[in-house]
Amino acid sequence: MAEPNNPLSTRGAAGGRPAGSLGVLDALTKWEVILLLIFLVVIAVSASISPYFLDLFNIMNTTFNFMEKALVALPITLVILCGDIDISVAGIMALSSLLMGAASAAGAGSAMLVLIGLATGLAAGFLNGFLIVRFSIPSIAVTIGSMSLFRGIAYAVLGDKAYTRYPRPFAYLGQGYIGDSAVPFELVLFVVLAVVFGLLLHRTTFGRKVYAIGNNATAARFSGVPVHGMRLLIFCLSGLMSGLASVLLTSRIGSTRPNIAEGWELEIITTVVLGGVAISGGQGNILGVIISIFLIGFLKFGMGLINVPGVVMNIVIGFLLIIAILLPGSVGRLRNRFLLRRQLRDGV
Amino acid sequence: MRRLLKRREFTLLLVILVLVAAISLRYPAFLSASNLYDILNDTAILFMVAIAQMMVIVTGGIDLSVSSGIALVGMSVGMLNQYFPGIPIALIMLISMVMGLVLGAFNGVLVSQAGIPPIIATLGTLSIYRGFVFVLSGGEWVSAHEMSDSFRNLPHGTPLGITNLLLSAVLVTVLAALFLNLTRIGREIYGVGGNRVAARYVGINLKRVDFLVFTISGVIVGLSGLLWVARYASAQNETAAGFHLPTIAACVIGGVSILGGTGTVLGVMLGALFLGIVNNALPVINLSPFYQMAIQGFVILAAIVVNTLVDQRNQRLMLRKRLL
Repeated sequence: MAEPNNPLSTRGAAGGRPAGSLGVLDALTKWEVILLLIFLVVIAVSASISPYFLDLFNIMNTTFNFMEKALVALPITLVILCGDIDISVAGIMALSSLLMGAASAAGAGSAMLVLIGLATGLAAGFLNGFLIVRFSIPSIAVTIGSMSLFRGIAYAVLGDKAYTRYPRPFAYLGQGYIGDSAVPFELVLFVVLAVVFGLLLHRTTFGRKVYAIGNNATAARFSGVPVHGMRLLIFCLSGLMSGLASVLLTSRIGSTRPNIAEGWELEIITTVVLGGVAISGGQGNILGVIISIFLIGFLKFGMGLINVPGVVMNIVIGFLLIIAILLPGSVGRLRNRFLLRRQLRDGV
Repeated sequence: MRRLLKRREFTLLLVILVLVAAISLRYPAFLSASNLYDILNDTAILFMVAIAQMMVIVTGGIDLSVSSGIALVGMSVGMLNQYFPGIPIALIMLISMVMGLVLGAFNGVLVSQAGIPPIIATLGTLSIYRGFVFVLSGGEWVSAHEMSDSFRNLPHGTPLGITNLLLSAVLVTVLAALFLNLTRIGREIYGVGGNRVAARYVGINLKRVDFLVFTISGVIVGLSGLLWVARYASAQNETAAGFHLPTIAACVIGGVSILGGTGTVLGVMLGALFLGIVNNALPVINLSPFYQMAIQGFVILAAIVVNTLVDQRNQRLMLRKRLL
């Protein structure tokens, strides 16, 4: 199913594509350009509809609503680039939050809670990766099972109850600002980690190997890439970042219910795919995903300002996902048609 | 006999029998005919939708939108019944299936014509269909007293000796088994899932098969939507939320390969039955229903690991036999 499914296929060296360039249409086949345009449209429309949109404090504060998802989108980018998928991330967040809640009830301090949250995430990610790599099971099958298992444990332990007692300093992580400024701590943490992931993926051999695995895992293995080890590592990373997201979310809302972050995996995958990462693996970059994170975040903020209910926002995002996948292909075809016509006219 | 023993369905059947025996040893009431009938009745919708899901998975796809499809069709026919109680129930059944067909065909077009990977296309429609439930209802519920008697009684009626709910499940199961095993296009579904490139070379129309499985899935989802809402006598915005997971779980437990190409109706039935028994047994053995999800997750993981190990061993055996 390689051919038409690839959202970026028009960018590559497609076989029968007419040579030549057509400034605007060429740019429009570039994913990040399309996203950036949609992003600007969202901002322009929102700003003209609501006077509250372009307020610095509002904009800073709205990032609280999507920074945890953004943090998980970073490792999921690597997972999908490898041709895998991880739909257990929200389940991992629930499990992490559960253990933090239990530890907090037993009197653990903030640092201990953070450690427990991260360690739980890492362990859960390792379990996923181990099952996937050791038994060569497709990642979607394993993570469908583990998402039920992880969240199921939270439901089994908590039922309809909740942990609501967290130490006071713990709240800073998810609610605090940097010094006296209007910049949330979560936002800064995300920016730092986004840079780290960007460098890891685009400036190291590790990153190149990720693309190699995603394009052809067998060829990568024969070229000496430790495919199994790398996939295991990336699932651990996905678990660890889910643990971190869980620390921040638990700190922000100050309570743990078993349905915490329920359904987030879908929104996170949507974000990554909308960011131009091919679900078949091997193509895409961090920049697109970052634009996509803020695009969806601000789109929701804008719709929220004009009182659009959350479920209806999901219709918009669902259509956006589908349209965004169709768009580069259609623009690419349009571009080829223009070029052909020009060549015919010029008698080339 | 030895071939029978090797079949995955046989192992699963044994596991189910052991499970039932273990529970009924301590709680004899579990084995009563009425309880077993209840289990079948409670699992009927899962039977139907899991089989729909299986047809998609066998082609190498996946349909995440079934849960939202059930909710959207359910809410639509629920409101239709609320505002026009005069519409005969047979017509409502037809409407539910046509609505489901349209929703399924939309998925089918996205996958077969637009070339969007099934997991992404149905991830999109999962959100879209669920959103339209809210748009349609404005957040209101359709409750039992707003439904006509014929609507509410549809799943419980027993014109043919068993409840209509169970009858639908039996019909879907039998038709699916016949369709998949005895018709040309049914075999093509397996061919496409086994090897798409080879399937194209032998002249199978891939686009048609992709479109067809999603459309069939849609029709079954439509009927299930009506039965769901009528059975629980309420249509809500959260109806069937997350229900795509147990349908996939039933397939995985039943030995359907998530990569496509293999899977039987019998296996999926046993997989669904297993989940149905576990859900029914929890209150019997005094475990809170909150344990349901964790057990389901554990069973999925155990099933895929066991299935993989068995597959790998069989492949080794086959290889050794060929060497000798």
